Amino acid sequence: MKYLEKNIKELQEKVARLEKGTEDQLSMVVFSGDLDKLLAALIIATGATAYDMKVKLFFTFWGIAALRDKTKKAKGKDFISKLFGLMLPKGTSKLKTSKMNMGGIGTSMLKSLMKKKNVASLEKLFETAAELGVEINVCEMSMDLMGIKKEELIDYPNLNICGVATFLVDAEESKIQLFI
Amino acid sequence: MTQEELQALTAHVVDARGTACPGPLLAAKKAIGTINSGDILEVQSADEGTKRDIPKWANKKGHEFLGILEEDSYSRLFMKKG
Repeated sequence: MKYLEKNIKELQEKVARLEKGTEDQLSMVVFSGDLDKLLAALIIATGATAYDMKVKLFFTFWGIAALRDKTKKAKGKDFISKLFGLMLPKGTSKLKTSKMNMGGIGTSMLKSLMKKKNVASLEKLFETAAELGVEINVCEMSMDLMGIKKEELIDYPNLNICGVATFLVDAEESKIQLFI
Repeated sequence: MTQEELQALTAHVVDARGTACPGPLLAAKKAIGTINSGDILEVQSADEGTKRDIPKWANKKGHEFLGILEEDSYSRLFMKKG
């Protein structure tokens, strides 16, 4: 009898986990720091909120460049981190396209076309994402590696610093998982 | 619904003609939250993709998609809130 009870309890727990596994949630790894790829990431993220999905973006490596605030500075960096920070694009306005950048000409052309065709800018998309409650999680290891500090990141209402464990749990609970 | 029936509808109108994807979708989602169940929503969009997007979205969210009226430079998409 004890054995049966234990078995039932284990099964119930398993069912509860499985049910939770199909939550209306989207998890996305934003690895790229390319303008075009970030546009795609933010369009999918904001679009998903129209389906009442919870959206969680995990920014890592080059993606974090998009979260840098060009007006903010961080103190106490070592020489290589400072140099790296200078080489890394500082915020959305400094990002380039993944293809056809051609010394910045391609990126300017894309931005002007976007304006003409009423496509929201990346800055506007971040604003919209913030309004819609899209969560941004930033990989601590990447930040540390690239010498980026929390005080130089953009003001965003739902931004947390975390590790891979957070992403994995979020991804497990999501119907859709993407890597951009 | 026929074109005449769509023309005759009284709807809450949201003008999303100044935005491209995902603008019209987000505008529709926002607007549908402000109206009552059974009310009609009209989304105006100049974005070609919206004509496929909005019916899909409405269907998924339990709203009844009623049809599309084509104007010169934009489309009028009608749905009934579920």
